[in-house]
Amino acid sequence: MENTSLAHHLILAGLLFVLGLTGVLLRRNLLVVYMCLELMLAAATLALVAFSRFNRTMDGAVLVFFVITVAAAEVAVGLALIVALFRKRGTVQSDALTSLRD
Amino acid sequence: MPDGLFIFFAALTLGAALLLVLSRNAVTSAMGMILALVGVAADFFLLDAYFLGVLQVLVYAGAVMVLFLFIIMLLDTEDPTGAYPWKTAALGLATFFLLAAGVLWLFHWSGAVAAVKAGATPPELSTNPAEFTTAAKSFGRLLYTKYLLPLEIAGFLLLVALVGVVSLSKDNPESNA
Repeated sequence: MENTSLAHHLILAGLLFVLGLTGVLLRRNLLVVYMCLELMLAAATLALVAFSRFNRTMDGAVLVFFVITVAAAEVAVGLALIVALFRKRGTVQSDALTSLRD
Repeated sequence: MPDGLFIFFAALTLGAALLLVLSRNAVTSAMGMILALVGVAADFFLLDAYFLGVLQVLVYAGAVMVLFLFIIMLLDTEDPTGAYPWKTAALGLATFFLLAAGVLWLFHWSGAVAAVKAGATPPELSTNPAEFTTAAKSFGRLLYTKYLLPLEIAGFLLLVALVGVVSLSKDNPESNA
């Protein structure tokens, strides 16, 4: 803990966010895309905690608490949607789900 | 030179996230995700946010990822056959390095965080519960005063999600839901 500045944590959070964004753009499997979205959320919470710690305020940490709550609810609903989609269409590959396009 | 533990966990987190993005097997991706979330939790610990670190491991790496693994194995998404899509992977990595360069510039060279950089280490922990402390008590104090309404809304949101998931996953053929 001795020699980490705010910039170190922000760079880690930024790289994690960019990695998640790349995954969302790149991947075709909806489940993996969803996991990459969660990764972006985790990166955002990391930045929030870092700012909170360095500014000596608790508000960012409390916001992370809410982000985790909302993410848990969101995962439950999203996965139920993916399962419903799989039941109807038999696939979770996003390039096979083009019925709105043609 | 930053702290050795920070370097270790940052490398672990980024490596695991890379595994998540690049692996073709969904289960391997999920394992990478778990490792990345544990790495993020470790960074919470390094930032003295112990309560959030524990919460991250319990809720994310525990409950949420178990849910993910259940669904992956339930749907049994077959591994795509054929050659590994090197072209797409290269395109993705190029995108990543471009954006990563932007991140490094923003947080390191642009001087945007220089104002806070004056303190190269985090400020001393205070015992004043109104400021950042390691105690879960300071969470509770804020949650039940300043953030009482968001707390109620979050609880209601969980209830709505619960009901929504039940109605989504109920298999009733007559309503064709």
